Amino acid sequence: MPGMQTLARVLLAAGPADAEHIQPVTTGMIVKYAVTTVVGIALVWGVIRLFGWIEEKTRASFGVRAGLIGIGVILTAVGAYLGLFWAPPDRMMGDVQRIMYCHVPLLWNALIALCINFACSVLYLIKPSWKTDSLAEAAAETGVVMGANGVLLGAIWAKPTWGVWWTWDPRLIAAAIMLIAYAGYLALRRFIEDPDRRALWSSVVGILVAVDLPVVWFAVRWFRSIHQFQSSPSTVDPALRVPLRVMAFAFLFLLMGFLWQRYRIALAHRKDEVALPDALPTTARREVTP
Amino acid sequence: MSPPVRQPVGFFRATAILLRKDLLLEWRTRARVNALVFFALATLLLFAFALDANRNIMQAAAGGLLWLGLLFSSVLALGESFRVENENAALDGIRLVPASGRAIFIAKALGNTLLIYALGWLLLPVMVALYDIHLTLGPGPYAIALLLGCLSITAPGVVFSAIANNARARDVLLPLLLFPLLVPALLASVKATTLVFGGDPMDQLRSWLWLVAGFDVIYWALGFLLFPRVIED
Amino acid sequence: MTSPGDPAPAVDIRDVSKRFGRRWALARLSYTLPRGRSLLLTGHNGSGKTTLLRLIATALAPTAGKLWVLGHDAVARKDEVRARVALLSHASFLYEDLTAEQNLVILARLMGHEAPKDRAHALLERVGLTRRSSHPIRHFSAGMRKRLAIARLLMKAPELALLDEPFGELDPAGIAEMEAIIAELKASGTSLILATHLVDQGLRLCEERLHLVDGRRVDP
Repeated sequence: MPGMQTLARVLLAAGPADAEHIQPVTTGMIVKYAVTTVVGIALVWGVIRLFGWIEEKTRASFGVRAGLIGIGVILTAVGAYLGLFWAPPDRMMGDVQRIMYCHVPLLWNALIALCINFACSVLYLIKPSWKTDSLAEAAAETGVVMGANGVLLGAIWAKPTWGVWWTWDPRLIAAAIMLIAYAGYLALRRFIEDPDRRALWSSVVGILVAVDLPVVWFAVRWFRSIHQFQSSPSTVDPALRVPLRVMAFAFLFLLMGFLWQRYRIALAHRKDEVALPDALPTTARREVTP
Repeated sequence: MSPPVRQPVGFFRATAILLRKDLLLEWRTRARVNALVFFALATLLLFAFALDANRNIMQAAAGGLLWLGLLFSSVLALGESFRVENENAALDGIRLVPASGRAIFIAKALGNTLLIYALGWLLLPVMVALYDIHLTLGPGPYAIALLLGCLSITAPGVVFSAIANNARARDVLLPLLLFPLLVPALLASVKATTLVFGGDPMDQLRSWLWLVAGFDVIYWALGFLLFPRVIED
Repeated sequence: MTSPGDPAPAVDIRDVSKRFGRRWALARLSYTLPRGRSLLLTGHNGSGKTTLLRLIATALAPTAGKLWVLGHDAVARKDEVRARVALLSHASFLYEDLTAEQNLVILARLMGHEAPKDRAHALLERVGLTRRSSHPIRHFSAGMRKRLAIARLLMKAPELALLDEPFGELDPAGIAEMEAIIAELKASGTSLILATHLVDQGLRLCEERLHLVDGRRVDP
């Protein structure tokens, strides 16, 4: 698409002269991200349908939630053992480095939750539904809680290793902006009483914020021009990789459990907000009760 | 068959009419615009006190201080421009004419851009006096950097202001939503303005300006797409 | 669906509901108003009159049900409806800081009138505000605002006029003038919906009547 190419070229030309080490934005990348976005939104739509099916058509809801959180807790215990006792201490940082096993997976999962929020925001604008709205609320809140914990652990890790709680490192700036932006999103949800308007407007805000975040990421990297390599299981020592992976999955299961639980609470709130004593129109264009 | 009715004016004509209306409103309420100018001046003065009136620090930070002053002022301007629309549900009246929501968005955003842009020029001599800055690269690059930065503030600002004006605690909500979103564009604008003030030995200005322009494209496109959904419920 | 010479009804409401939070402002309302007729809408405060008018004006979208206005779908073809319908609402739709003339001129421009100033002046004279045309609305009394809002409505020359409490805040002379304006609109073939507490005035002007109680249709 010519529009995308132009945008790619603009962004490509935009990097400051001293930022060669930064991966340039190419049309291929943009196409890849666009495809990923669409697939991700479709996936979340599928998950919402699955939630709905399990909630309405089966009696397994409690069991599934308990199972998810149970698996999460067990994996957390395993991961904690592996991280605290099985993995060797880091050669440079010593035992302090073990914070990574919580810090990094928390932030990964926070990002997953916020991506779900974005997908729900888009889905709501396509087709209004209390389910998408509730999942958006659940995802934003869970994401902010996990992200805040991750950042807090990061600060605790930073103090003994870097000597300060906080540095103006691009990734830290991006994380802080992300948390503040979604705190604003959650505040907006609290400040609008009418459920329909709240759902619509928070979707708009959710999309704007989510589109902004990758941009924040690139911008602060260019702004600070500090090279930071990404932590992923493949860039760290194999012995450290196992607990990191286990903890990532542990938090993923916990995230799913929390999301689902919070989604039920949000949905119950919506149900209460639009609860009607009688004369429920049967031809409702959109579901009034979920 | 219903008889043919007068079709509403085209998109660009509607945008022009609405922009003219917004500027007229600003002119009619120029006492408020004056207050905005003095508010911006007061912030610049306060920054000087906060930095202990240290000439070197102020010179180095001038770009950032300018954009903070403009950002704070723009929050007031944006809030005001939708308060006026909501007073007698005037925006509903425009919407039911019918006027396109996108024309309303473009007109509102352009109107606010012009206001903040003019403010940026008004603040320049004050910055020269207070912070001892120089327009090393001349007025042309300053004009471009200022315009691009203003465009990046107003597009999301209009969307959020339209939302926040209908919520409780709207005065808190608008900056809370707007400030984090604007960080990237603001960073680039600050960099560009700092280069305009301090000189650009490594020829970086162009790339920072392109970066702000890229954000402008993203913000304006999103606002253009989403704003009609915000005002139609 | 309709043959030429047999115009679509002014308003065709089918099973329309509107929910605000946990309250049904309108519950499964059905009603058809033939073209050129006038309808008196009565009911206590909060019975759904204003909501119904705002739905027909497409300022709101129905939660459920179908709504055709002058043969156009009021959900899918909003602009078609908006171009033909004018609403006189509680909110005056006026800019407080602009003068009466400026308010009307902007509207005339947006509607694409050739000579917006002349049109505005003619309407200001019609509603008796010529003397105050260059005063900002902020200093207007409630009755004067109402007059200006009527001028705003007449500007559109609507096929369907929606009048929400047109007699409110008017002095007796104003009420008489308003009745004359409404009679004139009727004479020119405009369909009318009139929501008012002044049932006597309303019954004099309207052939049809719809009484709402808690968003439901009730025989008065």
